[in-house]
Amino acid sequence: MLLAPIPILAIPEAIGLGPYLALAAVLFVSGLLTMMVKRNAIGILMGVELVLNAANVNLVACNHFVWSRAVMGVGTVGEGTLGEAASGANAGPRLDGQIFALFVIVLAASEAAVALAIFLNYYNNFSTIDVERGSQLKG
Amino acid sequence: MNPFAAQFFSELDATALAQKGLFYLCATICLLAAAGVVASRNVIHMAVSLLFTLLGVAGLYFLLNAEFLAAVQLVIYAGGTLILIIFGVMLTSKSPLSQFQPRRWEVIVGGVTAGVLLVGIWLALKSSLPELMRTPGVTAPATGPQYPVRDLGQALLGDYLLPFELASVLLLVVMIGAAYLAKGRRRVEDAPPA
Repeated sequence: MLLAPIPILAIPEAIGLGPYLALAAVLFVSGLLTMMVKRNAIGILMGVELVLNAANVNLVACNHFVWSRAVMGVGTVGEGTLGEAASGANAGPRLDGQIFALFVIVLAASEAAVALAIFLNYYNNFSTIDVERGSQLKG
Repeated sequence: MNPFAAQFFSELDATALAQKGLFYLCATICLLAAAGVVASRNVIHMAVSLLFTLLGVAGLYFLLNAEFLAAVQLVIYAGGTLILIIFGVMLTSKSPLSQFQPRRWEVIVGGVTAGVLLVGIWLALKSSLPELMRTPGVTAPATGPQYPVRDLGQALLGDYLLPFELASVLLLVVMIGAAYLAKGRRRVEDAPPA
């Protein structure tokens, strides 16, 4: 286990924030590696999706473990309670991380649509999807 | 029953155990599929691996009590974006199994960069995590707060109304832009004589 203070068989400890962050780090790095190694433009797009998913896991996990509890007064972050800073109109749990994740999903979908349109155009002009062949602006 | 086992079972919390097991299941699926995305040479195989990564991330959302987000992940990512990518694969290659071999130095540079970044993130996590773990919320019991969809909708139409509306404008722009870009522009030499 990478994060030493979390033994697998220590039953009373539930899963904390650490394993989620570690998993997101590995997802991010594999996405980055995909972007760097692949020469197929659509493979690069898949790497971008992996990176965005890693960011989303971070956002939702931090919202669950830190932010929402801190605002509800269960816990504190750093020096003081964050409750006053973020008390909104509704008394329910704050969902900022989840909302950010929703927007990231929307942006990822739009980005994939535009990128695929560009790749189609590229393929029409160069008859290949290899990104190294596109070294001129006007096809 | 020996005392160790007795203590083990007396401390056994079924919810925490199930949560832990499900987390490691989803994490394993995610990591193996992400490794498949990195390692596979075939674009279709990469897309299938990406599908399993997205499913694993949706499972993680379920474990984090974010059911609505898990459903959105399944519907939009696994159902929409991935299908779009697969259409892109099929439209941009003469044979869908075409593949490009990365050069050796590209693999070396990428691997070194990724390794350095991973070690850096791990060190940062390791140095900051004990402090983070001391906050009471982080080591909370398995049954966390529930996030009703009603709260999500109220936040979306309350504090986040402007980004919400901007997202609709963005989607319109993307639709028009993608349709314009993907419309087969006829080349000059292909144009019929006037």
